[in-house]
Order: sequence, then structure tokens, then C-alpha cells
Amino acid sequence: MTGNNRAVTGRLAISDLTIRFGSRQVVAIDGLRLDHAEILGLAGESGSGKSMTTLAVLGLAHTVGANVSGSIRLDGQELTGLSQEDLRAIRGRRIAAIFQNPSTAFNPVYRVGTIMTRALALHGATKSEAADRATDAMRQVLLQPDLMRRYPSQLSGGQLQRVAIALAVALRAEVLLADEPTSALDVTVQAEVLDLLRDLRESIGMSILFISHDLAVVAELCDRVAVMRQGLIVEQGPAGQVLSAPANPYTIELLESVPKLAGTT
Amino acid sequence: MIETPTITPPKAAIPRGAMWRGLRANPLLAVGGGVVLLIVIVAIFAPLVAPFPADAGTATHPFEVLKAPSAAHWFGTDQVGRDILSRVMVGARVSPVIAVIVLALACLVGIPLGVAAGFLGGWVDEVIMRVTDVFLAFPPLLLALALAAVLPASLTSLTIAIAAVWWPWYVRLLRGQAASVAGRPYVEACRALGISRLSIIFRHILPNSITPVLVQVSLDVGGVILTASALSFLGLGAQDPVPDWGLMVAEGQNYFTPDWWLVTFPGLAILVTAFAFNLLGDGLRDLFDPRRSFLR
Repeated sequence: MTGNNRAVTGRLAISDLTIRFGSRQVVAIDGLRLDHAEILGLAGESGSGKSMTTLAVLGLAHTVGANVSGSIRLDGQELTGLSQEDLRAIRGRRIAAIFQNPSTAFNPVYRVGTIMTRALALHGATKSEAADRATDAMRQVLLQPDLMRRYPSQLSGGQLQRVAIALAVALRAEVLLADEPTSALDVTVQAEVLDLLRDLRESIGMSILFISHDLAVVAELCDRVAVMRQGLIVEQGPAGQVLSAPANPYTIELLESVPKLAGTT
Repeated sequence: MIETPTITPPKAAIPRGAMWRGLRANPLLAVGGGVVLLIVIVAIFAPLVAPFPADAGTATHPFEVLKAPSAAHWFGTDQVGRDILSRVMVGARVSPVIAVIVLALACLVGIPLGVAAGFLGGWVDEVIMRVTDVFLAFPPLLLALALAAVLPASLTSLTIAIAAVWWPWYVRLLRGQAASVAGRPYVEACRALGISRLSIIFRHILPNSITPVLVQVSLDVGGVILTASALSFLGLGAQDPVPDWGLMVAEGQNYFTPDWWLVTFPGLAILVTAFAFNLLGDGLRDLFDPRRSFLR
């Protein structure tokens, strides 16, 4: 790694980041930024380090036994090296995350609304304020606020993923880490969730790090794309450019692996 | 009746009457629960409903010694003339109560240790589980016997001795559950939301891993009663005149032929109680089993 002083700016800026398990280095990223109201796609095959990178941004990499060094800045504030206490205030509140399988991302013993209002209360909202904000957020993701009275098992996968996004909205998160948020959903629901993410970027200027191995989805949604392989970013640039005129042999390989319907080009 | 899914949901998440439907679909649970309820009622009102309440204690009736079951003494009388029915009824206050205290103590120790081991992992897990393994290495009855033999013979010692061999099973059970729940995405989601570890443990890990323990507890009531009776039978627990069922069986065995009723009725009480709690436990397990859930 060349430790340089090249300033990486943006809402979320990662430089010189390395993640290790013991002596094995799994991720080494130098220079990845996410701007205000931008959707950045992070693509790559399984095991390329996409999810480890999100865990590191959340400050949770140590929970799976990894060591993180380097710099992760949120609006210029350094996150690596912050105490767990300080990080807890940032997680959820400023950086929210949604996960691959929404049906397992909610504790089955509580009502959806309870989960939402508790999370809001945790980050300083009063009870009535929390209820109002949760209701507003539900409307914003085009869900009936009534659904907050239901248990997670009574909602569909698409609805739950919207609730997860609503929670990020209610928390007024600036950065949303979306780790394969549509992989477990069927295609029509997937399209709705993608529309929703696009809307949020427009309406509240949310910055979204969209992690996916599905290049078709990345091409459709993202402004810029970073392609990861074996923990390194092999190519990064505007989505159109990277996906239509890839420079890196791995990107070309990855694009060729996307199945095409006969007759379409 | 089949419920059709509707757009606007019913307010109650679990349909009302689900418990009753569960009971009807599972008659053994109803029987077990009914008998357990009966035992509890007898235990509470024993001094009032027992025909000869004083016989539960030190009373002696020289002219009533070893009488066979009759209209006056349904279960007969023992070697000092005490009414066995009365003693069996009051006995419902001895070993079942011991069982409850033992299981409460075992849960009090086992649940926190199990959750700590399963959720925290690492060296905490290692230390807790190795200590647990040491206790599990001994046959439970033998270890309880050794402990009870060292302590002065009393009901308190008996309770402590049994509780000391019972908790490791709950640590095991809960550790497995907690570890599996800790790996579920919603716990990760909690962390990503900045929720504290304590809150994750109490609100997310515990409610999602406690069910098997509740079931195990109800199954274990029978087991503890049998263990307590065995120890009392060996003279390590209750002492005469306490009307403990195990002790009554022990004292009655000298008279077993021809005076069979001394042993039979307290023995039946042990059998029925242990069996009823087992049915209850089995039924609860079926009720809570998501694959055979009646709550859907």
C-alpha cells in the first residue's frame, strides 16, 4: 500500500483502509468517496470484500474478528479510532444500513412500529416525536402507517425492506449502506425498492452506498460504480463509462458473466 | 374456519382464542395442565380438605395402626396409625414446592450464564462452558447424592444439592439458543442502529431464546420430584414427620408385604405428578414449535 496524503473528500471518504483477519489482509481500499445525494455502486463477486467494507464503515468489523486500520471520514470527521460509545451515536443516526434479507432483519417478537419508535427514542426523540416521525417516514416510503401495528412475520419481504428504509429516513440518516438490499426480493418488488432509493436521493439528498453483485441493477440505479475484486478496487468511475467501456479485464469478465436474452444487445 | 388475508390487518396480531384452539388440538396438554392445576389446588388447600390434617405431623393413633384402605381411611393408615390420604395431600406441599424452588434457582444461575456464553462468545464462553462441563461430567443423581450427604439432612440441603446439579443443563440449552439468535440478521441490524449490548441482550436475545427453557422447565418438574423423592428415600432429604412422598415410600417399604398401601399411594402421587408435568411440558413444546404451531 502506498500511504499517500491525497485528500479524498466527499460525504463519506475512505482512504488507506485495510481490513485484516490476523495476518490475512482481506480488504485494501485507497480512495473511495460517496458524495452528497449520490448513489455509488459497489460491485464484485462474492468474497470480494464488499460487505466487510460496510461493516468497517459501521465500525462493526471487530464483531466478526477483523482489524481495521486507515481512514474513514464522515463529513470530515474521522470514524476509525472512535470509541464504541461515540460510534453508537453515529450508527443508525447518521449512517444507517439495510440488509439483504429483510424478513430476518427484524426481531419477530416486536411490532414493526415498536422497533421503529425505539430506535428513534434511542437517538434522542421523545415518544410522541418518535411516533410522528415513524408515521411520516412510512408515508414517505409509500406504506400505510397502519402496518406499524403488525408483526414482521405479517409483512412481505418488500414491505419489510421499505420499513427498514423508512427507519433510515425517520432517523434522518445522511448515508445509507444498502448491502444487497434487493437480492432476496422478486423482480417487481426489486424495481419498487430501487425507485424508492432513487426518490430518497432526490427528495432528501440521501447518499447511498449500494452493494450488489447484480450489474444490471447497478447500471440502472447508480451514478458511479466501484468494482471490487479480492479486496481491491480494480476500477472506479461513472456508471455509464465503467459498464459500457470497461478498462479493467476483471470488469470485462464480470460484465460478460451477466446472462443475456437471445436477440438483445 | 379459514381466514382470508385482508389488506387492513386485524389489530390483534395473535388471533384471540388461539390458546384454546391449541388446547383442543392437543388434548394431552389439557390433561397435563388439568392435573397440574389439581395438584396446585390440593397443595394450597391441603390443611382444609385433608380428612385428618393433624396426621400430616407427629400425631399417632395406636389403635389405627396399619389399617387397610376403608371408608374412613381411603388410602389406609401407616405404621403409627396416620391417615395416608391426608399425608399424601399435605405432601403436595413438599416435593412439588422443592421442584419449583430448585428450577427457579437453576434458571437464576443458568439463564444469565447461558446468555453470556452464547452472546459474548470468546473466552467468556470458554470459561463458562468448561466449568459447566465439569458439573455435567458427573451423573446428576450421584453428584446430588454426594452434596446432600455432605450437607446436614434437611429440605434446604436437599434443594441446594439438586439445584447445584440442575443449572448446567440450562446453561447448555440457553447458550446454544443465544448463540444462534446472536447470529441472526436482526441482531446485526440492532448493532447497526447503535443499540447497546445490554439492550440487545434483554430485548432481542432473551425473548427469542427463552422458549425452549420454559418448555424444559415444565418437563423437568417431574424429574426434580423424582430426584428429590429418591434422595428422601435414601434418608438424605426430608425427615419424619414431614409427609414427603419419597420418604413415605422409604418408610413404608418395610411393611410392603402384606401392607401394600403404605408404599403404593405416595408412589402413585409421585408418578401422577411427574407424568402430569411431563405431559404439560410436551404439550407446551408442541404449542411453541413453529413447525407445528397452533398460533398461526
